Amino acid sequence: MTALADYNFAYLDEQTKRMIRRAILKAIAIPGYQVPFASREMPMPYGWGTGGVQVTAAILGPHDVLKVIDQGADDTTNAVSIRAFFQKVADVAVTTKTSEATIIQTRHRIPEETLGENQVLVYQVPIPEPLRFLEPRETETRQMHALEEYGLMHVKLYEDIARHGRIATTYAYPVKVAGRYVMDPSPTPKFDNPKMNQSAALQLFGAGREKRIYAVPPYTDVVSLDFEDHPFEVQTFEKPCALCGARHVYLDEVVLDDKGGRMFVCSDTDYCETRREEGQRGEMLADMKEAAE
Amino acid sequence: MYVAVKGGETAIANAHQLLADRRRGNRDLPAITIEQIAEQLALSVDRVMAEASLYDRSLAALAVKQSRGDLIEAIFLLRAYRTTLPRFGTSEPINTARMQIERRVSATYKDLPGGQLLGPTFDYTHRLLDPDLLHDTPVEAPVGRSDADEPVMRVSEILAGEGLIEADGELPSEHIAGDLTREPMEFPMPRDLRLQALARGDEGFLLALGYSTQRGYGRTHPFVGEIRIGLVEVELDVPELGFAVSLGEIRVTECQMVNQFKGSAKAPPQFTRGYGLVFGQSERKAMSMSLVDRALRTQEFGEDVVAPAQDEEFVISHCDNVQATGFVEHLKLPHYVDFQAELDLVRRMRAKHAQSQHHQEAAE
Repeated sequence: MTALADYNFAYLDEQTKRMIRRAILKAIAIPGYQVPFASREMPMPYGWGTGGVQVTAAILGPHDVLKVIDQGADDTTNAVSIRAFFQKVADVAVTTKTSEATIIQTRHRIPEETLGENQVLVYQVPIPEPLRFLEPRETETRQMHALEEYGLMHVKLYEDIARHGRIATTYAYPVKVAGRYVMDPSPTPKFDNPKMNQSAALQLFGAGREKRIYAVPPYTDVVSLDFEDHPFEVQTFEKPCALCGARHVYLDEVVLDDKGGRMFVCSDTDYCETRREEGQRGEMLADMKEAAE
Repeated sequence: MYVAVKGGETAIANAHQLLADRRRGNRDLPAITIEQIAEQLALSVDRVMAEASLYDRSLAALAVKQSRGDLIEAIFLLRAYRTTLPRFGTSEPINTARMQIERRVSATYKDLPGGQLLGPTFDYTHRLLDPDLLHDTPVEAPVGRSDADEPVMRVSEILAGEGLIEADGELPSEHIAGDLTREPMEFPMPRDLRLQALARGDEGFLLALGYSTQRGYGRTHPFVGEIRIGLVEVELDVPELGFAVSLGEIRVTECQMVNQFKGSAKAPPQFTRGYGLVFGQSERKAMSMSLVDRALRTQEFGEDVVAPAQDEEFVISHCDNVQATGFVEHLKLPHYVDFQAELDLVRRMRAKHAQSQHHQEAAE
């Protein structure tokens, strides 16, 4: 730890934290608006969550309880690495329990459990600009946001329907925040979009490489873009979780063998474990029990 | 049987241990020292300092060692350290006219005040592998210039005397140099920030872009007015003292590219310039930078933006190799949640397709 003595609490110096907090406050004041901020070079690579890490570092206090997930799981290597980073530089309490956490940093998922007012969800964002793949120039997209000119996005969604018979965007599905800004929810599956709407928890989004922070304040309308005759709908799974039997949750497909064997399990590992602790059993565990008997 | 992917922590610890092992390599060989890297792989160290925007030979050498010689990784290490350093002031602009010249060449004049000085260049070496370097054969001391400390006039000043080349330009006295490591970037970008981005930009990327302008993608008719390499003094103005104090010397490479310009109704014909300045000795980088700098000034001269090298947002947004390598390499992180969503969609679309095929066949 002696080598680390040179670093401030939560790694960033207080000046930098102040700069980030100002950006966060501005982001909260203008829901869905991308606030440019002077993103720092972090000791992990761009693309590994430097934006989320900077937001977390700026809001983290000594009494916070931190949870870090990647793909919904606490034990994916990058989640482990980021959690270890904050344990090292902030000596902060960590948890895998969604309900115990005050700050949850996430990549690609929103926890299944409904979040509360005492919680902040920090998203890691690769490309914050929802219009980027329709218009590569930042100078143009900023103007489009300023003029609330979102026709291009609707044309894109319409073209999907014309070509594929449905909207072919499955993740990073664009939303409109508080009736004003179109926002990228980060690459979460669209399954998670409804959880953002009227959430009691504050949602903060950090994009390090692209140097943007944006936010959804608690109890804000977040509407997934759609058409009257093609309403937004989320993914459904045919089977429940093979381990805990949960339905209406997002599942990961696990390949079991080279003969086409598959199983589907909760992507949210804490949710799944909690259910199993409560005695819920899915198909796979029920089988094992029978086999053991 | 499903085995949950647990034990990320152990896996990471083991990976780091293996990395340390591979970095050290065969234990029968002596470990390479930082001093050896700084002295004998000096151009690697120069590149790391330049693209990390931190002039410190020892730390750069340490980064090269730590990264096993992967220079982009070394640049990243040094930048992550740089970002934690306090900023206590801005130095006076360095004066390259007062450089202690080690190398100075001009392609526009056969001879000129101060002369042509080849310096430590690879230019006229024959690229034959040298078996002498397999051993520690003694190396003779080099011949030096007798007037090494004399300042050497810049080629741009020679041309400026006749008004043939655009002047350096003036900045408003209250202008504070931008710092793209402290302020978010915005487009269009003032030239000082753009040059800053290019100075820390990837050598390979700028080389390719500069090359593309030579092959017709945004021609600028460049001539090397001058390349100079040597030591310059860095001075900091100390308000308490009322004068500038010297902080030390740094080695830089400067390239002034002279480019054609036809003139306009407003201005008589005049050569334009592209500028490159890099920490350490790196002519390739300084020259590429000056080509790209001139290409990025296209709009300033009322020319059309038709080539990638002239497109500010394209060039500046993609020239940073630490950002680029991070985002490209992050694709190896797990993406299975999103992939699952795509799998589901493709399966549904295939099922619908099969169904409609089936209906069609039944109808026929």
